[in-house]
Amino acid sequence: MRPFPWLTVLTLIPLCAGLGVMRWGAARALLARCVAIGAWAMTLVLVLGLGAAVDLQSGALQAVERYPWVPALGIEYYVGVDGLSWVMLLLTVLVTGMALVATEGIRERPHLFYGLVLCLMAGLFGTFTALNFVHWFLFWELSLIPAFFLVRLWGGPQRQGAALQFFLFTLAGSVAMLLGFLALFLASGQMNFPELSQWAREGRLWSALEERWGGGNATGGVWATLVFLGVLAGLAVKVPMMPLHTWLPQTYAEAVPPVSMLLTGVMSKMGVYGLVRVLLPVFGEPMRAAGPWLLGLAVWTVVVSACAALVQRDLKRMLAYSSVNHLGYCLLGVFAVAAAGETTGSEVHRAAALNGVVLQMFNHGLTAATLFWCVGLLEARSGGRRGIEDFGGLRAAAPVFCGLMGIAVFASLGLPGLNGFVGEFLIFRGVFPLVPWAAVLAVPGLLVTAVFLLTMMQRVFHGPLRPEWSGWPDLSWRERVGLGVPVALMFVLGVWPQALLQWINPFVVRLLEGLRF
Amino acid sequence: MEGWVEWLWLIPALPLGAAAVSALLPRVCRRTAAGLAIASLAVALGLSVGAFVETLAWEPGARQVCNVRWLEFAAGEAGVLWLGWVLDPLSAAMLVMVSGVGLLIFVYSLGYMAHDENFTRFFCFLSLFVAAMLGLVMANSLVGLFICWELVGLTSYLLIGFWYRKPAAAAAAKKAFITTRVGDMAFLLGLVWWFGSTGTQLFFDGGRGCLEATALQQVTRETALWGLTANTAIGLLLFAGAVGKSGQLPLHVWLPDAMEGPTPVSALIHAATMVAAGVFLMARVYPLWGEPAGEGISAVAHVVAWVGALTAVFAAAVAVAQDDIKRILAYSTISQLGYMMLGLATGGVAVGMFHLLTHACFKALLFLGAGSVIHGCAEEQNIWRMGGLGRRMPLTFVTYAVGMLALAGFPLVFSGFWSKEEILHAAHGWRGSEGPFWLALTGVCLTAFYMTRQVVLVFAGERFRGSGREAEGSAEPHESPPILTAPLLALAALSVGAGFVGTPAWPWLQGYLEGRAVAVDWGRLFSGEFWGLAAVSGALVMLGMGLGGWLYGRRQVREALRDPLERLPAAVWPALRNKLWVDELYERTVVAGLARLSNWCDRMDRWVWGGIVQAVALMTAAVALLGRRTDEVVVNGAFDQVCEGLRRQGRGLSAWQNGRVHRYLGTLAGAFVVLVWWLVWGGGSR
Repeated sequence: MRPFPWLTVLTLIPLCAGLGVMRWGAARALLARCVAIGAWAMTLVLVLGLGAAVDLQSGALQAVERYPWVPALGIEYYVGVDGLSWVMLLLTVLVTGMALVATEGIRERPHLFYGLVLCLMAGLFGTFTALNFVHWFLFWELSLIPAFFLVRLWGGPQRQGAALQFFLFTLAGSVAMLLGFLALFLASGQMNFPELSQWAREGRLWSALEERWGGGNATGGVWATLVFLGVLAGLAVKVPMMPLHTWLPQTYAEAVPPVSMLLTGVMSKMGVYGLVRVLLPVFGEPMRAAGPWLLGLAVWTVVVSACAALVQRDLKRMLAYSSVNHLGYCLLGVFAVAAAGETTGSEVHRAAALNGVVLQMFNHGLTAATLFWCVGLLEARSGGRRGIEDFGGLRAAAPVFCGLMGIAVFASLGLPGLNGFVGEFLIFRGVFPLVPWAAVLAVPGLLVTAVFLLTMMQRVFHGPLRPEWSGWPDLSWRERVGLGVPVALMFVLGVWPQALLQWINPFVVRLLEGLRF
Repeated sequence: MEGWVEWLWLIPALPLGAAAVSALLPRVCRRTAAGLAIASLAVALGLSVGAFVETLAWEPGARQVCNVRWLEFAAGEAGVLWLGWVLDPLSAAMLVMVSGVGLLIFVYSLGYMAHDENFTRFFCFLSLFVAAMLGLVMANSLVGLFICWELVGLTSYLLIGFWYRKPAAAAAAKKAFITTRVGDMAFLLGLVWWFGSTGTQLFFDGGRGCLEATALQQVTRETALWGLTANTAIGLLLFAGAVGKSGQLPLHVWLPDAMEGPTPVSALIHAATMVAAGVFLMARVYPLWGEPAGEGISAVAHVVAWVGALTAVFAAAVAVAQDDIKRILAYSTISQLGYMMLGLATGGVAVGMFHLLTHACFKALLFLGAGSVIHGCAEEQNIWRMGGLGRRMPLTFVTYAVGMLALAGFPLVFSGFWSKEEILHAAHGWRGSEGPFWLALTGVCLTAFYMTRQVVLVFAGERFRGSGREAEGSAEPHESPPILTAPLLALAALSVGAGFVGTPAWPWLQGYLEGRAVAVDWGRLFSGEFWGLAAVSGALVMLGMGLGGWLYGRRQVREALRDPLERLPAAVWPALRNKLWVDELYERTVVAGLARLSNWCDRMDRWVWGGIVQAVALMTAAVALLGRRTDEVVVNGAFDQVCEGLRRQGRGLSAWQNGRVHRYLGTLAGAFVVLVWWLVWGGGSR
């Protein structure tokens, strides 16, 4: 008897529900919401069940389904889950749930909105479980389409330009990545990530590439560099890595809060996921060669985005830059692991950095989504205003809201006891011994993050209450519960990070065993 | 491992639980919140005293630790991050001090904050602070210490900004958090460096800890930049963290502003306990930076001694020219923390810690006394608008005078004298340099002077000057209720008594902290070595007090509301008055620099990177337009031309095919004639 196809079912549920909901029409909005929440609940049960059913702590791939699809082109239906994937699946479910709760405010074409969110969820599930490039790429692009429409159809006045920029940027990155993988396929005949990693580990991949494309004479790895840059571009746009980030502030600011939550909470993780899943095992050698440059870009991302956030006057743009900053630490961790080269005793540092990266992905998704939600609540109660100078003294009018958002802000700036600290600490713990200069240069980012987040709290929460906000309603009970869940999770993960690290660490250890630089 | 250490975690856990419960309580549950906070801290104090008594019975130099696994970040045992706590004389003494002073201040807050609408929240934050502080002093891991270190910073932020409606309080809270975070980032780097190099961050771990010989040798051998050994570099990074927390130069600017918080907060956090955490950290990691045997004096000791001495004098000088009763005490705290650093660097752990403990008592006393004064004078804080309070608030006056004499180091009776003498002795005998010693002596005189100035202006005379704005009769200051004065009396007793555990005759505390047995020897008290210096510093104290009494004691000076020091030559007065313009300097350089950098980053983003994207987009659009033109003009045009040509030809040809038979026949006939003619004549000629 075949084992239960966990991952296929997991991906199909939101896809079918989403497509079904979209066909209904606007009349059945409530039903659409119920179906969406029902489908979401099923995925939650499945993800938790999956975590209990398979042995993730072995570090190996679990719940693998593998069927030939187009054998001539090396395309397979190939999915599996390990610690990294499972944590990302959990994050997807969590953030989508938060986004669904935050979606109450959508009046226009709600059925379409729910449908698109569910399709996006399916795309993300597929991306986080696929192990064959074509299969993965399909879902990678599939998630882009609902995201495009979600930004394009709802949101602020400049949403059209934002959506187009978002789409074109990510599409351009995707094309570069596709070309890169085609070149690899033509050289090696492999499309599966595990096999490609195997080739890279054995040192066959790059010689095969040069042989196929460079006419046999080794030309200093030009082809390897080109392919690497193409794939890197595709992933870096999504993260984003500066200077490929210009689509982001506008898109996050123009999108409605639930969409911003999904974009920053999960879609930005696709890029980092790709870095860990694909770039590190397959492109270890070119990454090491380009190490200082990549680290420079990561440091640049960390510091410049924090500084840019400091001068934003729009809260959503500020949070958008803050997101870039936080994912910059992930870039720093991944690049440092690759750049350091092989020295004795560095395994612990690498493992620390990678554990930190994966934990930071989850933590940032949780925290940033909560913060975007909070700004959405601010916007909804103040007639769409979200300038940093538009408020003042809100703590007097809405102590519960300010308390919960304040906790999220402190989680975001990495206060110990809340979730953000552990990831950032582990990244610096790993990066410093590997590449001290990068860690030292990135540290000001942590400082400036505190500056702009506290400035925001000072302007919005503190000071005398402005008369126009004196009747500003505090959170309703439903909102309290809704925001309370992620905030409680921030405490749990801050105090007991082992809850996630017990899944992440085995994956990281196994990944590092197979790396070759 | 049996005994107290297993249960030591309860000491911070109890206040933490109280904080968690009262965070969820509604605002009206004032009694519950305060009761929980005080009860939990009282139990914690009991446990701390129990632990302290336990350590008294130990062999000198003994300690007990208890470590717990927190998380796993790599394969195997090397990848386990441990947290833990340690019971040794240093942590036991700190535990008793923090919970004892904390409990008195909690009781005081009951009265002081009684009318505040956020009373419940206040006790929640206070409990959280005490929990973090107790966790900090008993931490056995650098990471655990850092976690608590950041948490006390958070509660400091929350409590400075407690009256969040005041813009000044909100700004001061932010400034405090960010300024200390500058130091914290250095601390973080030092922490990951130490952790990365030695593979452990537990202080004591049965020989494997990072403060034990093997790991220390490892970092001593490792060379960092510019020929520094790694332990020096790590020590300096940790010291930078301590500089931020303990308000040392150049990161002292946040502490005076922190006085925007409620006075019990200033007493507990910004005088007695949290700001001393920097000194405690340096004491805890002393083996890292202490003098290597027979190799002269470590660079860290040099830096700490000089920074401490300079801070001591600088802050004391600035305190001379301030008018706000709490700000004077804040600068005094900065100055005294400088003395503690100097004591650590020149005399070792015991010297610095002795002053830390006595200072906690008398500075908490002074702040609570100042709170009582402020309370009695209807929130007035300017010492020029007080006066004559000695008669009106006798209990406050007496206790405040005790605190002032202790701080000034009045000989023999008061605790501050004994602990300050220790520091001066250590600085005098230090082989590194004589400079810090002379600076410290100058500071002694200044301290006596500014405290006399303050006490005279606040308490002396008959008349209460007031601000001149208050309504008739309503402004008469009054003594505070017993709930405020009882803690003052207790602290006053401690401010006197705490000194006698560390006198030269019986240096019990030093022996306790350094793990050696000491005996009573009255001879040491009468030795010339002690007396010589004590006489000099005593004379300096008298000089400062006399000068202060002479300058401010005259009634016409106090009534003129003009500081006689304004007549000092050159720019001395404006310089001191404006705190040597350090704030302005930072405003112009660091703050403005960061703003410019940020603006530049934003402009780069908008115009350069955004511009490149726009340019690419425009180019794409241009190419598209060109393509369209090409399509329309060249491709379509050519196609149309060809079509048109074909059509024209077709039309021409169709003229031939017009269906008229006679034309076809005519054409056939003509062609036939031409063919025949060609065949017969043209072809035949060949």
